Formats: sequence, C-alpha cells, structure tokens
Amino acid sequence: MLLPDLRDDFPLLARTVRNGKPLVYLDSGATSQKPRVVLDAEREFYELHNAAVQRGAHLLAEEATALFEGARADVATLVGASQDEIVWAENATAALNLVASGIGNASAGIGGAEAERFRIGPGDEICVTETEHHANLVPWQALATRTGATLRWIPVDDDGRMVLDSLESHVNERTKVLAFTHVSNITGLISPVAALVARAKAVGALTVLDGCQSVPHLPVDVAALDVDFMALSAHKMLGPTGIGALYGRKELLDALPPSIFGGGAVKTVTMEETSWLEAPMRFEAGTQPVAQAIGMGAAARYLMEIGMDRVEAHEREIATILRGGVAEIPGVRLLGPVGDADSRDVIAIAAVAVDGVHTHDVGQVLDDAGVAVRVGHHCGQPLHRRFGLTGSTRASAHVYTTPDDARAFVEALATVPAFFGVRA
Amino acid sequence: MSSTSGSSGLEQMYQQVIMDHARLPHGRGLVDLDLPASGESHQVNTTCGDEIRLRVGLDGDRISSLSWEGQGCSISQASVSVLHELVEGERLAEADRTMDAFRELMQSKGEPLDDDKEDLLGDATAFVGVGKYPARIKCAMLGWMAFKDAVIQARKDES
Repeated sequence: MLLPDLRDDFPLLARTVRNGKPLVYLDSGATSQKPRVVLDAEREFYELHNAAVQRGAHLLAEEATALFEGARADVATLVGASQDEIVWAENATAALNLVASGIGNASAGIGGAEAERFRIGPGDEICVTETEHHANLVPWQALATRTGATLRWIPVDDDGRMVLDSLESHVNERTKVLAFTHVSNITGLISPVAALVARAKAVGALTVLDGCQSVPHLPVDVAALDVDFMALSAHKMLGPTGIGALYGRKELLDALPPSIFGGGAVKTVTMEETSWLEAPMRFEAGTQPVAQAIGMGAAARYLMEIGMDRVEAHEREIATILRGGVAEIPGVRLLGPVGDADSRDVIAIAAVAVDGVHTHDVGQVLDDAGVAVRVGHHCGQPLHRRFGLTGSTRASAHVYTTPDDARAFVEALATVPAFFGVRA
Repeated sequence: MSSTSGSSGLEQMYQQVIMDHARLPHGRGLVDLDLPASGESHQVNTTCGDEIRLRVGLDGDRISSLSWEGQGCSISQASVSVLHELVEGERLAEADRTMDAFRELMQSKGEPLDDDKEDLLGDATAFVGVGKYPARIKCAMLGWMAFKDAVIQARKDES
C-alpha cells in the first residue's frame, strides 16, 4: 500500500457493487479511477475561469489560458519534456494517428520542404511489433497502404517478449518508422526500449513509443529514453477521458504537417495556401477540450506528488501478488512470463486464460464477487492469436490497488474452474 | 455448479440447461446443403472476437436445416444450440415469433415473459437471467442475428 489514506482521494472506490459487495477495481489498464483533485480541477475551471483560451483580452481568458498552458507544463514535467513538446490530442489513439497521418501528409507533398524529411513511399519500411495495441498497429497499416511502404513487425516469443535476434533485419536501412509500446497492455512486460531505439537511430528511423501503460505506472523520461514521439492517455493515468497528448521532439513537431486543418493552427492563410504556426499550436486546430486538459495536468501533478518511484515500487508489490497468485491456480494460464513475477520488467497486470472457460464467463463470476476486470482481446488480437487464444481475462492495478484487492482477484479466479465444472 | 456464490444473479444466468447446451451443443458442424434455397451468415461479437458461421436451408417456408460452427462463451454457444433445437424443422413464421419472443426476453431485465411466450421459447426461457446483464445480451443474440441474416440470404437465393 502506498499511503494508508490514499484510497480516500478516490470517491468512487467507496461504493459497493453487486449484492452490496465492496468494489475491487482491477480494470485500471482500461481506464483508471479519478482522484478528487482531478474532478475539482475540472469543476473549478468551469465554475471560476471558463473562457476561450489563447484569444480574448479579458481576465477570464487570461486565467483560462494560464491554466490550460500550466496543465501542458505539468504533463511535460511528468515525462521530462519541454512544454512546447506536448501536443494535446483527444486520446492516445489520436496522438498516434497524428504522427502517422502527418507522415502520410508529408508523403503526399503537404508541408513543403521542411516536411520532406518525413516522406516515405514504395521501398521504405514501417516496423511495429506483434505485441501492439491496435491503436499502434492500425494507423501504421493505413500509412503503409497509403504510401506504398511495407509494414513489418518484430515477433514475440511464447512469453510475449520481443524477439530481437533478427532486429537488424526487421529494422534496416529502409526502415523509416519504428513504432512500439513501452509496456504491453496484456503481458505487462516492459519493452527493451534502449535496444530498439539504438537500432532505430543507427538506421535513421523515427521512433514512436506508445506510453499508455508506462506513463501511469513508471517513471518515464523521454530524454533518457531518447524516443522521437510518445503517445499518452490521460484517462489511464488518473485523468479525464477525452484528452491525451503527444510528446514529440520540438524540431520534428515544427516540421511535421498537421492532419487536422483549421483555425487556431495557422500563421497566414491566403486563398491559395496556408502556413502553420509552430508546434504545438499547429496541431491544435479548433476548440480544444480545455477542462479535460486541465484535469490531465492535475492528474500529472497528483502522480508527481506521490512520486513515480513509489508508484513503481507499488506496482511491483501488486504484480508479485497478482502474477504469483494466479500462477499457482491449476487450470489457469498466465500470459507473459511466469515465475519471475517480482522481476523488474513487468507492471501490475495479470491476463489469464482459464482452461475450458471463456473469458466472458470468467469475468461474470469475478463480477459476481465484486471484482471488476477486463474480458476479451483488450485491443490486442494479434498477440492473443500468437498465444493461441481469442481473448483473456485481465486484472490491472493502479496506485489505489491494495494487496487485498489483488488477493481477492486470485481467490475469485480460483473458484472459476469448479463453477463451470471443468475441474473437480 | 459449485456453491462459490450464493447470489441469485449468477445462478439465474448460468442455469443447468444453459450449462448442458454449452457443454454439448446441438447443430454444431456446418452441413453441406444441396437445396434450392440456402443461406449463410458470419457474425462477430466485436467486444470479444467471438464468431459464428450459421447456415440455413429452406424447403418452401420451412427451415429444413440449421447448422453452425464457431466459438464463444457458454452463453453464446448454448444460445445457438437452443436456437437449433427450436427452429429446425419449423415454419419461418413460427421461427419469427420465437425470435421476437427471445428478443423480448433479452430486454425484460430478468423478468419472465407470459406463459404463451414461454411455451414458444421452451429451453430458451433459461436465458431469462442474461437480460440482467446488458454486456451479455450480445452474446446470447449472436447466433440469432446470424440466423436472421442467413434466412435473408436464403430468400435472396430463392428469388
């Protein structure tokens, strides 16, 4: 447990669920619960400061702009970036699409000479991995189709670890983009970022990191990771839905063409053509989700106040109980590495398959015990297929998860085979 | 079933008849059809990736064959198994009435239907508990949606 009274910060955790049972919320990988400071930040914005940002000369407009940009600075601080390297996006999916579409637009000739560095076409390659969430796979498939480039992927082994034996072939002189997740949303494995980035840099490929499952759970420093882009999700890091962010190296963001075109992002507009503002403004056409951005900033501050080192230590404690516990249940298969639950390369996620019982049925029994988990493929069909499965049942934790929560999951899971009569 | 839970919701949902159909489903394995009117439908539950391929053969206004293959949770498997039991050999109009009653059962939030409709539904009344769990209604309806679509395909084939 991080702090004895930390759970009191999350009003929802006090409610009960089916048959008056206490809630055991283990679906934070899908979306996390929100501390009161995040809810208050949004409410206070609307009650006291609401105005259009970055325009208007009145006091409210100044206050709203200061809060909006202050939130950007807080998110930047959380991941070791500069404020002008953080672009708001409606979610992490949109952030990844922003990069893929920007490269696609550059390849179509949009963005002029400064965007030429992003152009790709037939003969070029885009590399992803077999462990990607669909959000970091489908945009790259579309980009490959659109530009004629070839999509390749780094395979994973039976434990879900990326196989780097052929890295030099998968990421080669033709590779223009290497997109990969920082942490798997299914196995919880932390990717070998240093090796992948080193190889990408050696061949001059851009790196795009999916930070959805890392930023909420581990200390993340984009400068140390040395990636070119990283997508963030607010609602998985204790923030609101409807907002996420893209980190990008400033010089790259200033050259990448936008993919949403409109007002607020432009320098000069004639009837023939348009020049864009510098990043991040060039990517923020149209009215932004201001209150949500301020909520994301509050979530970043909340996490930093706890301290990401402590959050990470807590993850390991919960991971050990979750993964160690399910590994001992007969007839239950833990996806990802087994037996090194306390190793330093997994976060507190345990996705399991119960022999002879469908994931929806597993989830139903857990729900009846008050344990909320994710069922299905978790937007990772290829990885499940690699494991010979169509889906799994996933428990995932966050700062408010207690050791008792993790044990409740293990205990309820252990009743599943007998309930469905697959084991005596 | 075990006594892992004393709550009625879970027990009501996984009634023995559902467990039995799920374990030994009826109508599984696509039957090759050499009929003037046959149709097939492939349905996927996008939330979990469960899928079903269902084939019907019509002999006039009678459903002379209904077979399927696929994989999914116990609710989806049992439901298509019961569907096979209920409508194979029946007239289309009767199958339509059965399907309407099943849809109504799914929307009844766990409340039983009147006796006439329960008679029509037979074993399918066991799915009454599913209506309490909105996320599972799609599971129960998967095979029925495939059936409805396959009949439409068969009728196109006919004309």
